[in-house]
Amino acid sequence: MISHRKTVTAWLLLTPMIVMILGVSGYPLIKTIYFSMTGAKLVAPDLTDSWVWFHNYVRALSSANFREAIWHTTYFAVISVGAEVVIGVMVALLLNEVFVGRTLLRAMLILPLALPTVVNAMMWRLIYNPDFGALNALLVQLGLLDAYRSWLGDPATALDMVIIADVWKNFPLVALIALAALQTVPKDLYEAATLDGAGMWNRFWRITLPAIMGPLSVALVLRTIEAFKVFDIIYVMTRGGPASSTKTVSFYVYQEAFAYMRVGSGASYALIVVLISACLIASYMYLIRKHGEA
Amino acid sequence: MKIKNVLKGAVFGIFAVSGAAHAAHVTLNALFMAQAAYSEDDIRNMTADFKAANPGIDVNVELVPYEALHDKIVLSQSANGYDVVLYDVIWPAEFAQYNLLEDVTNRIDEKTREAVLKGAWTTVEYDGKYYGMPWIADTKFLFYNKDMLKKAGFDTPPTTWEELAAQAKAIKDKGIVDYPLVWSWSQSEAAICDYTTILSAMGGKFLDADGKPAFNEGGGLKALQYMVGTLDDGITNPNSREYAEEDVRRVFSSGQAAFALNWGYMYNLANDPAESQVAGHVGIVPAPGEAGISQASAVNGSMGLGIPSKSTHKEEAWKYIKFLTSEKVQNKYARLSLPIWKASYSDPDVIKGQEPFVNAAKTSLAVMAPRPTMAAYQEASAVLQEALQNAMLGTSTPADALDEAAKTIADMQ
Amino acid sequence: MPPSLAKKIAIYLGAALLALVIALPVLWLFIMSISSSTHLTTLPLQWWPDSPTLENYRSLLIYAENSPSQSFLYAIRNSIIIALAATGLSICAAIPAAYSFSRLPGPGRKNLLYAVIAIFMLPPVALVLPLYTVMSALGLLNTHVALIIVYCSILLPFATWLLKSNFDTIPGDLDEAPIIDGANRLQAIWYVILPIARPALGAAVMMSVLLSWDEFFYGLLFTNDIRSKTITVAIADLAAGRVADYGLISAAGILAAVPPVVLAFFMQKTLVSGLASGSVKG
Repeated sequence: MISHRKTVTAWLLLTPMIVMILGVSGYPLIKTIYFSMTGAKLVAPDLTDSWVWFHNYVRALSSANFREAIWHTTYFAVISVGAEVVIGVMVALLLNEVFVGRTLLRAMLILPLALPTVVNAMMWRLIYNPDFGALNALLVQLGLLDAYRSWLGDPATALDMVIIADVWKNFPLVALIALAALQTVPKDLYEAATLDGAGMWNRFWRITLPAIMGPLSVALVLRTIEAFKVFDIIYVMTRGGPASSTKTVSFYVYQEAFAYMRVGSGASYALIVVLISACLIASYMYLIRKHGEA
Repeated sequence: MKIKNVLKGAVFGIFAVSGAAHAAHVTLNALFMAQAAYSEDDIRNMTADFKAANPGIDVNVELVPYEALHDKIVLSQSANGYDVVLYDVIWPAEFAQYNLLEDVTNRIDEKTREAVLKGAWTTVEYDGKYYGMPWIADTKFLFYNKDMLKKAGFDTPPTTWEELAAQAKAIKDKGIVDYPLVWSWSQSEAAICDYTTILSAMGGKFLDADGKPAFNEGGGLKALQYMVGTLDDGITNPNSREYAEEDVRRVFSSGQAAFALNWGYMYNLANDPAESQVAGHVGIVPAPGEAGISQASAVNGSMGLGIPSKSTHKEEAWKYIKFLTSEKVQNKYARLSLPIWKASYSDPDVIKGQEPFVNAAKTSLAVMAPRPTMAAYQEASAVLQEALQNAMLGTSTPADALDEAAKTIADMQ
Repeated sequence: MPPSLAKKIAIYLGAALLALVIALPVLWLFIMSISSSTHLTTLPLQWWPDSPTLENYRSLLIYAENSPSQSFLYAIRNSIIIALAATGLSICAAIPAAYSFSRLPGPGRKNLLYAVIAIFMLPPVALVLPLYTVMSALGLLNTHVALIIVYCSILLPFATWLLKSNFDTIPGDLDEAPIIDGANRLQAIWYVILPIARPALGAAVMMSVLLSWDEFFYGLLFTNDIRSKTITVAIADLAAGRVADYGLISAAGILAAVPPVVLAFFMQKTLVSGLASGSVKG
């Protein structure tokens, strides 16, 4: 009886959230799946509906450009998240030490984190400007570069330069999470290990990393998912160029649906992205669980 | 009795006021681009003039980058959209297909039709119907730095593309400037405009008589080979591959280039000491031709003003468009964008102080080559943009890049 | 155990490097914002303007009709309204939901939680097309309401997740006691849980505001003009158009960053503790 009442209360409390989520996410997702099997157009989508089954998917998967966009996105996600995690952990280790200015430095980490993504993208675009940008001027004045060069105009560097901008903004998130986890590690663990003769490297792998692995994995998952959605930084910095070398899947879907007005095939692209994200999420979850049990 | 009259008067007064307020309540939302042609200040000043002349109508001016213009027009169709939009010469086919713009054929009288440049009308006309008024009559011109040419021993600017390359080579060899040529060759429509200009000079065609892609042979192929050649020879600024129009203006205005291909708006800005370090040394001529094929070349880069079909203030919108495109207003703001009216080109007020610009325009506007008219233009252009970039970045030969693009576009049709 | 000298040097070098890496780009953005545009396009580049000017800020902040300041100030206003409304709405729905997940677990509801998290992870491109057609049918495009509703799809799962993992750390006896005494669940949440979970609540509110302030994709597609255009879209328009005026663009960027940065600094402790509690539990 009490348990029954509890169940009712539980669902009642959940109702506002469920209603909102069904409205803004559930229904649209189902509608996207529906769209993806039609030839709907952006203008008057219901008038031009025609059922095409899996034709859109076949077309999407056989498109070399789309596969290339998937590759760019994967590269962006793996490299940027990897760098963010490595740098983030290093920064967390640094900030876990005692030194003058530590509080100030920790406060500074908030700056990139709070800077709007679009502002960040714009800032780096100005810095990378081939003629009047600060990067060329700095490197040449320091003697590290012979002559001004193009950063965002060269397919060999463009995506990497975008990644640097992204890493700059997001490594503090990883650093702050790792730092909070580090501060829960008891100091005597280290002392005991030192007495056992464990070196710095050894202590890191045996004590530090296992202790922060949980929160770190969560940060990793979060960042990977975010990285897979990447749109705004690309839109502002390169708009997919040069030679489409920075065109990511979100940008691709945007173009398909809103520039070429093909809502149907845009939806199928979007769902392929969802599927890839889902695989990534699942595999990470699996890794975390495995790590937790070991 | 008196009180009654007073009351009556008051009631009428309120009605009158609310009536006036009602009339004044029409607010137009207008979409423009913040790139080339008229400056933001020009557009805002014209609008202020319009509002002063039409107290009942308020106008909100919205400026977006050219790259966002097409998508904004399409996206705003559904609700709370715009009443006036600026659109490019390449879009009417698509817009007509989806019925995005109001057909205004009946609003344009015979006199207006006669008085406006023929090339300008092609901007707003599709399938015999008019979808607005042309506003910006523009094309790409060849700008040159007189000082640098003189230093290199050239008295006249080039008249053929070969000559342009030769002069640029000489300027580079004399050490006058590292990269004499600068273009807007980023992955955008701007690159297509430069390519179209050269293609037309070299006798190329985008589509053959059957509407199949033909730019991968003849003049179309030669044009891209020429572009890539100038990069290989080191006479084109390699950063051109990431430049848009404004970057070209910056580079040319800071004295880092001897030649630039750009829209007409650059003439007065590059000659303005507040904006430029080469003011007073800027020359302008029509883009060159090709020996035996053409005297000069140009691309139709005109733009028009239209009324989205969902607008609820079409009368007021048309009034605003008529005002902006009127000969009087266009002549007044003729520094960055030349008028669409034939008579303006002999109007002393328009010509004064910018004779070279107007002279070049007379030749160029007459030879403007169109980009292909097709409903899927946006997509075809994106394919071609990528092909141009692949060739310019050396990841593909011009022939291979264009063949592939031609195949993709043929499949699309 | 006192650290060795070598280690000390390494720490300070690392700290200095980190400080430079974080500060330099923003500092340069600031310098550009107080420079004139001709100064910024003079070669070789100088690192400090001859005559610093606040002209760029003035032209953005002093309101004048039909000027850049109009679009800029309206964009700030729109972003504030949308961020606050979306955050309020999401938090109101997230609190009872998080409590329910945390205190009243039951079959099916655990899976529901996973579903909620999965929804947070969905790329916006998966939802944007139907949302666009629905908003268009309802005549809500280019209004604040459209973005407020849509932003809930981002904020609500996130806030629920963050609050749930924080509620888990609060001992169950605390709110069971008043319920046995006859209080209802909402009272228990209001009088017992929320005061304890204040830091997490603060973090949820702040992260939600930051997320909505930062949002660009929906803003780009669902707004047209000053009536609803958000600050991120306004900045992107400014940056991609007549890029001539680097100084003005930089000033706009700095101004757009001020509200979130101030907020984040102000609530730094809350942010870190909220993030940590959210991530430790997962």
